[in-house]
Amino acid sequence: MKQLSDKQVRRLIEVIDEPDFSNSHYRIIREIARGGMGTVYLAEDTQLTREVAIKVLNTADQSAEMRQRMRREAEIIARLEHPGIIPVHDVGSLPDGRVFYVMKYVRGKRLDEHIVEAVTLNERLRLFRTACEAVAFAHAHDVVHRDLKPENIMVGPFGEVLVMDWGIAKILGDNEPMGSGGEAARRRGVTEHGTILGTPSYMSPEQALGDLEHVDRTSDVYALGSILYYLLANVAPPVIDDDGRPGGLQLSANRNTPKRLQAICAKAMAWHPADRYADAQSLGADIERYLDGKPVEAYRENVLELAVRWLDRHRFIVLLVLAYLLMRVILILATSR
Amino acid sequence: MSKPLLGLILGGVLGVLDGLTAWFTPEVRDQMVGIVIGSTFKGLIAGVAIGFFARKYQSLSMGILFGLLIGGFLAFLVAYLQKGYYLEIMLPGSIVGIIVGIATQMYGRTRQAA
Repeated sequence: MKQLSDKQVRRLIEVIDEPDFSNSHYRIIREIARGGMGTVYLAEDTQLTREVAIKVLNTADQSAEMRQRMRREAEIIARLEHPGIIPVHDVGSLPDGRVFYVMKYVRGKRLDEHIVEAVTLNERLRLFRTACEAVAFAHAHDVVHRDLKPENIMVGPFGEVLVMDWGIAKILGDNEPMGSGGEAARRRGVTEHGTILGTPSYMSPEQALGDLEHVDRTSDVYALGSILYYLLANVAPPVIDDDGRPGGLQLSANRNTPKRLQAICAKAMAWHPADRYADAQSLGADIERYLDGKPVEAYRENVLELAVRWLDRHRFIVLLVLAYLLMRVILILATSR
Repeated sequence: MSKPLLGLILGGVLGVLDGLTAWFTPEVRDQMVGIVIGSTFKGLIAGVAIGFFARKYQSLSMGILFGLLIGGFLAFLVAYLQKGYYLEIMLPGSIVGIIVGIATQMYGRTRQAA
């Protein structure tokens, strides 16, 4: 019997996985991304003649639990109607039973790709603040993302910021959280204590330790702090090691990073959840205060720093007054002769 | 901070500074207190007027022009009552008006829509 090559096997899997939308008003154009649970395709909605993105459950994950998870993922995103969260248009099942949901197709770049284009610090902070707003909206609806990272934030061509991939999101107080990283959990349909969810560099200590009972809004705050770290340092924060201790933040080594921003980052990435910002809204508000030249919650300024910030914030008026005083001196000198 | 309040504060501060410079003119040193009070009052009136103008019209050039006119006019009134020192009073007064005009156009909160 002739053995198939790896390439042929891959092609076969692709053909088997290719979703059949022949009886629907969607026409698959191409595959965009493939993840652990599903594959995202670019498609055309032939009724409304617009491009959409369709996430389809992978053939290998066709258990009833996974189908339920996929539907719940769609339901969670649909519940979060916010400009910073991709809207879901439709949800359904393919003839082979695979669940799919249709969402807006976002043209743009991932945050990690976007900032390569020499985006200034303030621009980065504004993008970050907008992402915080979207996460804050989810927090206000008791939804925790649990996998925030630069790769899951899209920046559109007009500067719009969208938080993506709510695949392992969790509704607080709900006994049936979304998504799982472990097979046992997949079989049971729940996320067990001890299961590690998220992305190593961006996950909170409680997530890294698999302490899922204590994963809440502050865990997302930690992930947002890690994203802020990435935006400030251009590298991902150190991975929490086997003992559960963080590898140490090196932001202070970068003299160009303002102390107030370092403090915001450190507070968001505090080891104990109680020491972090309570939610994404509080973190976003502190970034807003930084951008407005106001004192931030995370840092206590000394008198000199306070004066420098005040002068910097009111630079223009200070310059005008100084110009006025200079003019007065010149006038006095001129008339006293 | 609202634009009228910003104009009031800035006009007042510049008015005080303006009045204090009279110390450098020996002939009027004995009238310092009256000059400082008058100058501050003039600055406050000009500032609040320019602030209200900035709240109504968002235009830097209009703000500068209005500041120049109101500052210059109030300074002219003071110089007229003093019967002299037109240049020494009107030039700084007009410039104070311009500065407050620029500041209130660029800074300060506009009235919120109901």
